Amino acid sequence: MRSIKKDFFGNQVLTDINFTLGEGEVLGLCGENGAGKSTLMKILFGMDVIRETGGYEGDIFINGEKAVFNTPFDALKAGIGMVHQEFSLIPGFTATENILLNREPQRRNVVSQIFGDRLNTLDYKEMDRRSAEAIKKMGVEIDAKMVISSMPVGHKQFTEIARELSKDQLKLLILDEPTAVLTEKEAEALLESIRGMSAQGISVIFITHRLHEILAVCDKVVVMRDGHVVRDVPAKETSVDDITRWMVGRDVQSGSAVPEAKAEPSDAKTIMSIKNLWVDMPGETVRNVSLDVREGEILGIGGLAGQGKLGIPNGIMGLYEAGGTVVFDGQEISLNNPRKCLDSSLAFVSEDRRGVGLLLDETLEWNIAFPAMQIQDKFLKKLFGGAIKWRDEKGIHAVTQKYIDALQIRCTSSKQKAKELSGGNQQKVCLAKAFALEPKFLFVSEPTRGIDVGAKSLVLEALKKFNRESGVTVVMISSELEELRQTCDRIAIVSGGQVSGILPAAASSEEFGTLMISQVV
Amino acid sequence: MKMKKNFNGFDFLQNNLVPLMFIIICAICIPLSGFSTSYLLNEVVTRMGRNIFLILSLLIPIMAGMGLNFGMTLGAMAGQVALIFVTDWQIWGIPGVVLAMILSVPLSALLGLMCGKLMNMAKGREMILGYMMNYFVTGLYQLLVLYFMGSIIPIKHASIRLPRGFGIRTTVNLTNMRQCLDNEFAILYKGVKIPVLNFIIIALLCLFIVWFRRTKLGQDMRAVGQDMEVAQAAGINVDRTRIISIIISTVFAGFGQIIYLQNIGNFPTYTAHSQIGMFCIAALLVGGASVERASIGNVFLGVILFHTMFIVAPRAGVAITGDAMIGEYFRVFVSYGVITLALIMYEIKKRRARSHGGELLARAQREGGVQS
Repeated sequence: MRSIKKDFFGNQVLTDINFTLGEGEVLGLCGENGAGKSTLMKILFGMDVIRETGGYEGDIFINGEKAVFNTPFDALKAGIGMVHQEFSLIPGFTATENILLNREPQRRNVVSQIFGDRLNTLDYKEMDRRSAEAIKKMGVEIDAKMVISSMPVGHKQFTEIARELSKDQLKLLILDEPTAVLTEKEAEALLESIRGMSAQGISVIFITHRLHEILAVCDKVVVMRDGHVVRDVPAKETSVDDITRWMVGRDVQSGSAVPEAKAEPSDAKTIMSIKNLWVDMPGETVRNVSLDVREGEILGIGGLAGQGKLGIPNGIMGLYEAGGTVVFDGQEISLNNPRKCLDSSLAFVSEDRRGVGLLLDETLEWNIAFPAMQIQDKFLKKLFGGAIKWRDEKGIHAVTQKYIDALQIRCTSSKQKAKELSGGNQQKVCLAKAFALEPKFLFVSEPTRGIDVGAKSLVLEALKKFNRESGVTVVMISSELEELRQTCDRIAIVSGGQVSGILPAAASSEEFGTLMISQVV
Repeated sequence: MKMKKNFNGFDFLQNNLVPLMFIIICAICIPLSGFSTSYLLNEVVTRMGRNIFLILSLLIPIMAGMGLNFGMTLGAMAGQVALIFVTDWQIWGIPGVVLAMILSVPLSALLGLMCGKLMNMAKGREMILGYMMNYFVTGLYQLLVLYFMGSIIPIKHASIRLPRGFGIRTTVNLTNMRQCLDNEFAILYKGVKIPVLNFIIIALLCLFIVWFRRTKLGQDMRAVGQDMEVAQAAGINVDRTRIISIIISTVFAGFGQIIYLQNIGNFPTYTAHSQIGMFCIAALLVGGASVERASIGNVFLGVILFHTMFIVAPRAGVAITGDAMIGEYFRVFVSYGVITLALIMYEIKKRRARSHGGELLARAQREGGVQS
């Protein structure tokens, strides 16, 4: 395996990536979310997404030959194996059955002679032997006869790795954040087995946020940021601090954002106090969050993807199963009950704007007024002493028009359907919807995800303005640190399902970077 | 390392609620009905031979994750069409049964293929689709039997043709075929007739199912049944595997219907198939199966319990209320009830599995405290 070179222009997710990997080498790949690690690996593995979105530019060379993978199966044939972040295991099968999934050794029989190979019987003895071999190769003990669904999560991960190892032709193994779900001891065992693999001549690309692991096991480190390779150095010549700086550090010119230091009285009243919160949101598990939010501030919550920052608002608002205590304005609010939250003047702008945020087939007026109507009986005329409630169309129209102007929502009229708007404008509608509730407290989750730069600054401005003029406390969750630093007063960093620290917005990137990876699990 | 399984009474009760309920009903009704043991055994054994093959045909789609195959009725229709032809050609006895089975294969395979393709378009809604397919294909069946047979398709024998010259009479008489399988090698043991050949056929099918689970195709079906996406990612052709499972089920259902009808000895041409799917599914569920898990044991237990209840319920009904109709009433009412219950339990279990994650998190926090 020599010289993998790849350029990918497309929509500038990846620009001019070059790196090489030698046989038996272990390469650590790290970078912030959205730096392009996953896209790069998807290209390498020939995933369908890449082809569907217009392919890539540049070339991949394996053993000096140009390789083109149209499907993952091509990549598999060329000896590339990948362990994804999400498990790809059959829950009711044993480890052995999963390791050899669709590659089971078979024996021919009378029936299969007539009806074709699919009626071959499975050779269970051979299966046991092969899986035992793969598990031995990995160097970690797992019970081959155990059913996946009753395994601890670490063993599932090992089963996946053993599956890749059981493929004879395997030359390059891509591990995408394999240690994210492991306990410390299991992670140690995994690192050990990576060393073992490389000794057997298998090259490994190891993606992780735990930098010390990279230093412990890798031969070289590639650091990516914003679709560029910023550093490509031997692991021996670097340190965690260096990597952190390369990962987070922006160019001096673009780092425009040190916000005007707002003189916030630190003795402001605590409006929301979160204690020992846990939230079971798939992929964004919150383990133990305690956090105080002061009245009238904008608090940012940042952190790497999958560390639980999205789980916090979703859990408090009752969209996912949660536990712990949340005290708002002196009263404890009951979790797992969205209506109660909304009744106590909390509002939430979800990161999933098409799914949770909008009524796609309804008009803007409806979208903006609906929650207020539903929850606070606004825009309703009462007839016969409240027995019949009538919609106040005029009021709805007026308020919609007000927000269309205020947020510069680009639409043909307030009667346009929400699904016809662009992403940025949909996001503005979501905000308008929350504003129309006139809440005391607003959660905004990933307000700028997937919208363009112009709309982004408008949305952020609107949030700031709303905060300042109506004195609403805003908690903003975002993966983009820069954005948080521009908007928020304080920023809490979530790592491993816990708050690892709260810093003022003016703190340096390095400090944030250190917090982000401090407790990555 | 052995997993320690602690016995949980509540879980056991919940997982076996339906069979337990039926055992209790039977235990109450049997003494009330006043039937002799040998009569009861005779009836149950006959009905086992009649019905088990049909119910076994449901197992393979469950394995492939397609739920309870209401589409088995399509196979039953194919079996009936084959029987009509065989009756018309006056081929009787075991040769007639075998010929009918052979004739039914292409027809039920074709219907199964159609059904499987449609189900692939509506993944996750196989059961309701299968149920609706019945009504649709029943229309086609009626068209074929009522108008095409005798006019386009030659039907020679006047005894099954309607007097107007085309179409089939409302009842097809299989007197010369009646119980030919049951009587072959039948053993009379203490007044109980055991249809040995029937049971041999059933045993062969059971062996086939056990063997099939160990084949590559069976393994693929189990994988597809548990997680389609993972199976797809591993290179298994999911759609094809699902279609094959439905075809196998439909073909077996066709055989099953022929065995069922030869035992009874005649069949109402236009309605014989209409409730067969529902009763088979109900019997399977009574045996303790669920939407995603069913075994051969479930089939046997289900048939015994379900039919025992039907035999004793009318007489018990007479004893209690003085009305024999209560038995038939019970049969329909209980079938629908059991199916509804099974579907609800399936959803509840899924939801409980989901909230299990949350419970684990809460416990971890309580026990572990804050780890740093």
